[in-house]
Amino acid sequence: MKLTVSELECKARELRLDSIEMIAQAGGGHLGGSLSAMDIMTALYFNVMRIDPEHPMKADRDRFILSAGHKAAGYVPVLAARGYFSRDLLPTFNKLDSRFGMHPDMHKIPGCDASTGSLGHGLPVGLGMALALRLDGFDSKVFVLLGDGELHEGTNWEAAMGAAQHKTSSLVAIVDYNKCSMDGPIDQVVSLEPLVDKWKSFGWETIRIDGNDMAQVLGALKEAADRGNRGNPVVIVADTVKGKGAAFAEGDYRWHYGCPSEDQLAEARTALGGE
Amino acid sequence: MAGLSMADIEKMSARDAFGLALSEIGAENVNVVLLGADAIGSTRAAGFAKRFPDRTFNFGIAEQEMISAAAGFAACGKIPVATAYGFLISLRACEQVRSDICYPNLNVKLMSTHTGLTMAEAGTTHHSTEDIAIMRSFANMTIVAPSDSVETVKAVRAVIDYPGPVYLRMGRGETESVNRGDYEFVIGKAITLREGTAVTIIACGIMVAEALKAAAKLSSEGVSARVINMHTIKPLDVEAVLRAARETGAIVTAEEHTVIGGLGEAVAGVVCENSPVPVVKVGLNDCYGIIGPEDMVKQRLGLDAESIFKAAKKAILHKVD
Ligand SMILES: Cc1ncc(C[n+]2csc(CCOP(=O)(O)OP(=O)(O)O)c2C)c(N)n1
Repeated sequence: MKLTVSELECKARELRLDSIEMIAQAGGGHLGGSLSAMDIMTALYFNVMRIDPEHPMKADRDRFILSAGHKAAGYVPVLAARGYFSRDLLPTFNKLDSRFGMHPDMHKIPGCDASTGSLGHGLPVGLGMALALRLDGFDSKVFVLLGDGELHEGTNWEAAMGAAQHKTSSLVAIVDYNKCSMDGPIDQVVSLEPLVDKWKSFGWETIRIDGNDMAQVLGALKEAADRGNRGNPVVIVADTVKGKGAAFAEGDYRWHYGCPSEDQLAEARTALGGE
Repeated sequence: MAGLSMADIEKMSARDAFGLALSEIGAENVNVVLLGADAIGSTRAAGFAKRFPDRTFNFGIAEQEMISAAAGFAACGKIPVATAYGFLISLRACEQVRSDICYPNLNVKLMSTHTGLTMAEAGTTHHSTEDIAIMRSFANMTIVAPSDSVETVKAVRAVIDYPGPVYLRMGRGETESVNRGDYEFVIGKAITLREGTAVTIIACGIMVAEALKAAAKLSSEGVSARVINMHTIKPLDVEAVLRAARETGAIVTAEEHTVIGGLGEAVAGVVCENSPVPVVKVGLNDCYGIIGPEDMVKQRLGLDAESIFKAAKKAILHKVD
C-alpha cells in the first residue's frame, strides 16, 4: 500500500483525531509527542516500509522501533489503520487486559517490533536488528523513532558510534525534534545543539526536514534509502511541533501528557474531522 | 508547614508531600541541592526548583549521569537529593548507585517516585517492582518506604538528616492515611499500628493501608492480627520482627514489589535464623506487572487486602505449636 502525499496528509489528519479521541477516553495520555510524530509514522507505514499486515512476522520485513515508547498513543492508531488489528480495539487503551497502554508491548500488539517505554533503548536494539538482518542476507531497513529529549541518554551515542563502526547503512534514525521534553523547552533543560553536526561527527549521513510537512517527510525517508548506499547509517532530524494538529496543545511542553477537555475535543474534531 | 494543616497533607500524594518538605528543608539547609532528570515536575520537586534555582540542576533524560554527578556533589560536601522514577534509579542507574554512591558510602539521597505499580497504565517498563531487592543488596544502603503522605513529610526530614546513602520509595497517587496523631518517625524503628495476638502483618509503603483493612476483616472473624508499619526496610527493625514471631507465632508480609528479595525475604531471613514461624509473603509472584487501572491491576495480581487476609489464614494454619 503506497499512499500519495495528499492521501498521506489526509490519513495523518484522521490518525491525529484517532489518537486524541483515544487519549480523551482513557482520561489522559502522551498527546504532545504522539501528534508531533504522526506524519513520520504515517509515511512509514502507508508508503515507505516493506511490510505485510497479513503476515506481520515475515522475516524480511522492514522493522520499526518506537524508541520514544510514550508515543504509543500515536503509534497504536497507525497500526490499527494499517490493518494489523481492528480499530474497534482503540477504546481499550490503558484498560485492564488491553493489548496496549502508554508504552507498546511487542508480544501483545500485532505489528510491533519492539517493547519500549524506557528511553534510550531503541537505537541500540535497532543496531542489533540491523546487524542480524544483514547477517541473514536480508536487505530490510530498520527505522528507529527517537524523541529529542531522549537523545540526552548516553546509550544513543554509544549506538551512534557502534552503527558507524559497523557501517550499518540499513539503520535509519529519525529524531522527532519538537524542541520539548517533559520539564520544559529542551534548550532550557539540556540543549542538543548543534544536533546535525553531532550526528555528522559520529559518522552518520544527515538529512534535516520539516517533519510536519508530508512531502518533505516522504522525500527524506526515500532519500535515506539512497544515502544508505554510501555505507553509513542515516539520521533524519525532523523539525516538528509538539502537539501538532491540536491547536490547544501546539508548541506547549505542558501537553507532554494530558487529557483534552470536552471543548478541546470538539475543537479537534472540527479541525481534523472535516474535509 | 507552609500554612498547611495535617488534614491538607493527608489528602496529598506522597510525592507532593515530598516536594513540600523538600522546599522547606531547602530554606533551612543551604547544602541541600536538587538533581533532576527531566522529571522535576512529575517527581514534584518543582517547588524547591522555583525557590532555589541556583541549587537546582536538571540533567535532562540522563539518569546515570545524574546519579554519578550526585556522588560528585556529595564528595564535595553537598547533600544531593536526586529525583527520578523508581525504575530509573534502581535499574537504569543501578551500577552508578552501587559503585559511585554505596561503595564509597556517600551522603546521597535517592528520592524515587511512581514506585511499585502506581504507574500501572504505563506498563512493565515503568513499574518498579524490583527496586527494594536491588537496593537491599547494596552494603551501606538504607531503604525507607513511608506508608502515607504525612509520614512522607517526616521521612524526608529524617532521610536528609541521616548520614549515608538512602533510597526513599514513594508512589504516584494520593495515599490513604494510616498513621494517627503525632508520632516520632525514626529510621529503623517500626511502628505497631494495631495490636494483635494470632498473626502479625508486616507491611511497607502503601500496602500498610491494605494490611489494616485485612486486619479489620480478620477481626470481624474473631482473628486478632497485629499490624506493623515497617517503613524502613533496611536496616530492618529485627527486634520488632522477632517480637512478632514470638508473640503471635505467624507472620504475613505485604509489599508492592516482587516477593523475591524484598521486605518478605528480609523478614523471613531474620525469622528463619532466630525464631522460626511461618512467614507468608504477599507481593508479585515472580511476574511482571500488567497494564490497567492501578486498583484493578493490584487486585488481579494479588496485592490487596483480600490477598493479605487469605495469607494470614494460611500463616495461622501453618503455625507450629
Ligand atoms: C529512561 C527514561 N527516563 C525518563 C522517562 C520519563 N519520560 C517519559 S517521556 C519523557 C520526555 C521525553 O521527551 P522527548 O524524548 O523529547 O519526547 P517528546 O517530546 O517527543 O514526547 C520522560 C522524561 C522515561 N520514559 N525513560
